[in-house]
Amino acid sequence: MKKVLVLITLLTTVAFYGCVHQPEKWTHEEVKYIDTGISSDAWALVPAGPFFQGQFKNLNHLKNLDYDYEIMVTDVTNLQYARYLNEALAAGKIKVEGNDVKGFYPGEEYTGFRHERKIGPGYYLYYALERPGSRIKFDGKTFTVDKGFENHPATMVTWFGARGYCEFYGWRLPTEAEWEKAARGTEDFRAYPWGNEITPHHANYDLSNKEIRKILGVKHGITTPVGFFNGRSYEGFQTVNARSPYGLYDMAGNVWQWVADKHEKMSDRFMKGGSWMNYDVYLRIWSYNSSLPWNYYIDVGFRCVRDHKPETQGNQEGESQKVEN
Amino acid sequence: MKFLKERLEYLFSSTKGLVLVAISLISLVTAIWGTLSGPMVEWGVKDITVRLLGMKLDPFFREGRIIMLYHTIAMAVIAIEVYLMTSIIPMKKFYKLTINAAVTVGYLSSMIFGLGFAYFGRNWILHGLFLFGLSLMFFTGLLLAVALWPWNKNYRVASPEYAHTKSGMDLERAAFFTMVVATLGSSLFGAVAGAYFGNGFETFLAENTVRFAHKTPLQLGIIGHLHIMLTLIAVAITLIVGRWLDFKGIYHKIAMPLMIFGTIVITLGVWMVVPFELIAHMIIYVGSTFIMLAALMLVIYGWRKLIRERLNELGIEKAGFFRGLKALLHDPLKFGALWQMVFMNFTVSGVGIFMAIKLDEIFRVWPWREERVTLTGHWHVLAALIATIILMYYADMVGLKGKVRQWFGWILLIGSDVAFAGATIYSLKRLFVNAYYQEPLVSKIFLAMDVGLAAVLVILALLLLWRLFDLFKGEGIWKREKENPEVEVAKTSTGPVA
Repeated sequence: MKKVLVLITLLTTVAFYGCVHQPEKWTHEEVKYIDTGISSDAWALVPAGPFFQGQFKNLNHLKNLDYDYEIMVTDVTNLQYARYLNEALAAGKIKVEGNDVKGFYPGEEYTGFRHERKIGPGYYLYYALERPGSRIKFDGKTFTVDKGFENHPATMVTWFGARGYCEFYGWRLPTEAEWEKAARGTEDFRAYPWGNEITPHHANYDLSNKEIRKILGVKHGITTPVGFFNGRSYEGFQTVNARSPYGLYDMAGNVWQWVADKHEKMSDRFMKGGSWMNYDVYLRIWSYNSSLPWNYYIDVGFRCVRDHKPETQGNQEGESQKVEN
Repeated sequence: MKFLKERLEYLFSSTKGLVLVAISLISLVTAIWGTLSGPMVEWGVKDITVRLLGMKLDPFFREGRIIMLYHTIAMAVIAIEVYLMTSIIPMKKFYKLTINAAVTVGYLSSMIFGLGFAYFGRNWILHGLFLFGLSLMFFTGLLLAVALWPWNKNYRVASPEYAHTKSGMDLERAAFFTMVVATLGSSLFGAVAGAYFGNGFETFLAENTVRFAHKTPLQLGIIGHLHIMLTLIAVAITLIVGRWLDFKGIYHKIAMPLMIFGTIVITLGVWMVVPFELIAHMIIYVGSTFIMLAALMLVIYGWRKLIRERLNELGIEKAGFFRGLKALLHDPLKFGALWQMVFMNFTVSGVGIFMAIKLDEIFRVWPWREERVTLTGHWHVLAALIATIILMYYADMVGLKGKVRQWFGWILLIGSDVAFAGATIYSLKRLFVNAYYQEPLVSKIFLAMDVGLAAVLVILALLLLWRLFDLFKGEGIWKREKENPEVEVAKTSTGPVA
């Protein structure tokens, strides 16, 4: 009996080692293209006013943003990011060194606090090419996107790269408060952008990802095209129209989103929204994640905000007003 | 009526019965609440549990629910340790009865009403009764400290082989006393901060604050509280296991002063986290080194003893390495309890030290969520290791013998260690594999963890079912345990117990 148990232990150990398989070179892959019908160029207006920020509904957490602003209806897609890289390269705003796309960051105040990193002016990583999970490739002249991933959220983008994208077009990353207000709205105090219940039909997260893999024809965890959870059915998988009160998609699940804020006296930047890799608890509006601004991940993307200029405002049906970029 | 009265008398007045009730309740809570997370969610079991029991899982109060859940389980574990202490340490019968009664009502109140409040609709009366239960547990601690007063001249060391002072003070009793006093202070430490956050219901999980540059004194209080309470529960079980194995001789004489000093130092270190966070960590390291050295003494003593006793049984006077090893592994329960203390160094202390050394180079490069997983993982493993040690002692206490003892012991040991090793590898997975390729590893780890934990839960369920059916027998084991209600150990002190 002891021999059997020892054998089981040995086999388990061997199995662990057997699972750690990493090819030396990243091979780009293709997936089935799915049109969700949601435009990644749309913006939503978030009007000035008070809202509850965070987990607890009491007056201490009643915040006020006294200005209107607009936020992207979806995360920035691979196609948008590749287009930006091409434009920024042509404009001399970024450079490519090996597999690193780099751009300039003016640096920030350093207080010398424990664990804080010194970030001076200089060129920092924007996008990680040819790493496992990279969906954008560079042939020496042009950035292109792997087939089928065009409307998936851009991942493998660092905080610097997300900021660089927004600033290139005259926009900026949302603050945590702007992000939360856009996700929750002001009508009620909800846990998720669509309400208080979550099922695999609401968002791309741990529980739904297995179904999503089947639809996209892959065997590993994967992002969904932006705006996927919009009430449509994909090969029999019925989604819920999981918009936020302002008409935003993917504010919970799919990919974490870099925001402008960082931990006080630290260099780690916050991310919001949770990703396809996470349990539902991370998808709650107040949940957060954080990392250093030069790090990139397969499940972290971003979206931008911009000041609201009434003359750019167009009217669309629904709760929110959106303009085409 | 007599049938019921006799069983209730056994379950609520004998040490073995009380331990059985507490283990059963923890198992029941673990079995039910375990369906709310992990693969059970994916398999749809969570939905069934929630619907069947009418649970209300509001996403806003998840953190509060979790805090109450592990407080209720912790109270039951503390109750088990208290029952064992009142049985193995000589004290007056009045204290023993009062302490056992108070701790029983205390943990049952906190468990029943705490879970009722957290998971079944947030009724404030239930919350009040939960706090009543916690208060009663505190009162029990005060009584226990009085009962264990080591300077009481009625309780002198029983044999010169046990650690003692020149005046004959029993140092093991003093170690238990120190642990109890440290626990009382540390529970207050948490209660003050807990009352603040609990009143406003702005609860938070300590691991969520790990990257906050500035933590408020009350946040630091919570962080300190959870660390020291688990540490002291671990100290208590180490001392209890020492008595189970009749820890004595030179190792005992070295270990007890180390344990007393270590407990004092680590407790003061944790309390100092609030005013002097940076220095406090150094003090904690010093304290934990003393405690771990004391535990090492116990492991050395215990394993040597196990080998010696087995070889004597076989009539072998001298044995080589492999025979010695075979003798050591003969009893999975006694070997296992000590092995878990060693294993703890790989899965808890080792991970903690590694994190501290490589924080900026590795852990702060990972997203916060990954750092949080590692933090959460290492204390879950410690808590679960303590639980397995208690189960090993209990299995020995109820007299598992022969093949049943072997199967129970080895499945418990290997099943739990596979699960804990899996949890550790999972929490450190980014060291071995790129995030993009981690899924096959994670799937296999989860499978191994699930199989390991399932094996543990199945044998535990079998043990408890056996005990449940036994209660229906007229002359079952329960009857023998009722007639012989105390845990049989060699006592370190002599003194009045009437």
